[in-house]
Amino acid sequence: MKKIFSSIMTLIIAITMVSCGGNAKNGVRKAQELSGAGATFPLPFYNVVFENFAQVNGDIVAYGGVGSGGGVRNLRDKVVDFAGSDAFLTDKEMAEMAPVVHVPTCMGAVVVAYNLDGVKELKLTGEVVADIFAGEIKMWNDERLTALNPDVTLPAEAIIPVFRSDGSGTTFIFTDYLTKVSPMWKEKFGAGKSVNFPSGQAAKGNPGVAGVISQTKNSIGYVGSEYAFAQKIPYANIQNARGEFILPSSESISAAAAGTIPADTRTSITNADAAGAYPISTFTWMIIYKEQNYSGRSKEQAEATLDLLQYILSDEAQNITTEVHYAPLPAKAKELSMKNLKTVTYDGVTILQ
Amino acid sequence: MPIVCGGVVYALVTDAYDAFEHFGFLNFLTSSQWSYTAGNEQYGALPFITGTLMTALLALVFCIPFSLPVALFVGEYFKETKVASVLSTVTDLLAGIPSIIYGLWGFFTLRPILMTLNISPHGSGVLTASLVLAIMIIPYVASLSAEFIKMVPNDLKEGAYSLGATRAEVIRKIIFPVAGSGMFSSYVLAIGRALGETMTVTMLIGNTNNIPTSIQSTGNSMASIIANQFGEADDLRLSSLIAIGLVLFLITALINMIGKMMIKRARIV
Repeated sequence: MKKIFSSIMTLIIAITMVSCGGNAKNGVRKAQELSGAGATFPLPFYNVVFENFAQVNGDIVAYGGVGSGGGVRNLRDKVVDFAGSDAFLTDKEMAEMAPVVHVPTCMGAVVVAYNLDGVKELKLTGEVVADIFAGEIKMWNDERLTALNPDVTLPAEAIIPVFRSDGSGTTFIFTDYLTKVSPMWKEKFGAGKSVNFPSGQAAKGNPGVAGVISQTKNSIGYVGSEYAFAQKIPYANIQNARGEFILPSSESISAAAAGTIPADTRTSITNADAAGAYPISTFTWMIIYKEQNYSGRSKEQAEATLDLLQYILSDEAQNITTEVHYAPLPAKAKELSMKNLKTVTYDGVTILQ
Repeated sequence: MPIVCGGVVYALVTDAYDAFEHFGFLNFLTSSQWSYTAGNEQYGALPFITGTLMTALLALVFCIPFSLPVALFVGEYFKETKVASVLSTVTDLLAGIPSIIYGLWGFFTLRPILMTLNISPHGSGVLTASLVLAIMIIPYVASLSAEFIKMVPNDLKEGAYSLGATRAEVIRKIIFPVAGSGMFSSYVLAIGRALGETMTVTMLIGNTNNIPTSIQSTGNSMASIIANQFGEADDLRLSSLIAIGLVLFLITALINMIGKMMIKRARIV
């Protein structure tokens, strides 16, 4: 009887210790639960980072992959601590909200993936991609495609373009690029999270598009780089602003950020004029309010939010990017973001010293 | 229940009001434009109403050759035998499979088959979606029809047999006229189910915002456009999507009401 009693006591003590353990690691601050919502594009990276962050700091981060637009809407409704977005807020959107801070978290790219029997390498220019998705180049053996790919036999089959059926940051990056390289695209379709693609078929989410491409012969579509890299779908070399044909990779994506970055880090790096740069590259951002005291948030919660962003900018988190098929931020973007984070306040008092 | 139902209608109407006010109720229903161009947004429900009705009706047509024999087998030929109970249990099991599983099966199995046979060159489309929908509604039609076939009074059938009618004649001249309206109502109720089906259709219909011109072409149903675009929608687009939800709600309610009325009439006979 005594034995059972003592073992039960040990069990109870053990449980209490384990449940307290989460709080102990942080030292001063109590462990917080943070919630964010937004882009699905960086989701695989965030999952790893949040898990590591929970181990280091004890703070738990819940992130809902509801899409960039949904994330920004949640932030505007002040129901989340941060929003994830592949597109920075426009001046008009900024004017409608309280002041915000953009923090780039990693870099990614949109790749043009295809499914063609026996074709291992495909070279495309931006204009050709625009014409394919505009339905103007209809056949794989179109002379503009064969001229770019003299060593490849392209089939005499109809091209099936695949695009996103849901509003998406991936679509925004892709069409933002097409708008820059094709006047026709700019005039007819423009850039946006949803665009009226004239032909082909659509699927929901990056996994959906990747699935349709891998299941449909003679199809071509655009997918977030991490899905293409991880699933090993073939993707095309795209000609950059310097005339080089570049395959997307962590190095060529990072190369796209070589240019100047504005102080608030809101910049599009598609079609970047840099050697070795993959032209459809992008930053992805986390967006927080400059004044952290809203919707009854505690100061500790605000501190935890900043701890999270600082952790993402740290070398430890940035080194994970390549493992999960993204690219690390350039030093300058990190520097600017740290400076921006120091302007974040709680009740008008800056949080970071 | 009336409170819940009323609440749903109230919420839908208030949120959909912007879209109806901006485009006009009739114009919203009959416009085939679904264009996101900022500053000149045009949202009309016609492509999705067409897509929904096309997939649901086609599914109904495709399901008849399967559900009718099952209903006759269970309700008449092998009535109250072990074979019949096994068959009806297996058919009912189909109703328990989650729609995402049907969608995956359609995507990974049926779609490549249709493409290799060149029945549907793009794979996705109205045809692919309605074929899978047909399988999904078979259990509803088959078991309900079988019940109505079983309800046909034995005296009538025995009378016909004593006059020398064959089994086929009994089915054609006695069972169909007596159980007909009940069986019809089971198809109507099944349409109600096909109209609202979301996941399967989203995965197979191709998700393009145009009016399907043939059964092979891609399109979007009312449920699938909502599933696709709700996450990123705001302002006018959000309101338009909710308006589509309201229209879908009304169509489904109407069809269910017709079905219920037919069942009542069948009981009286």
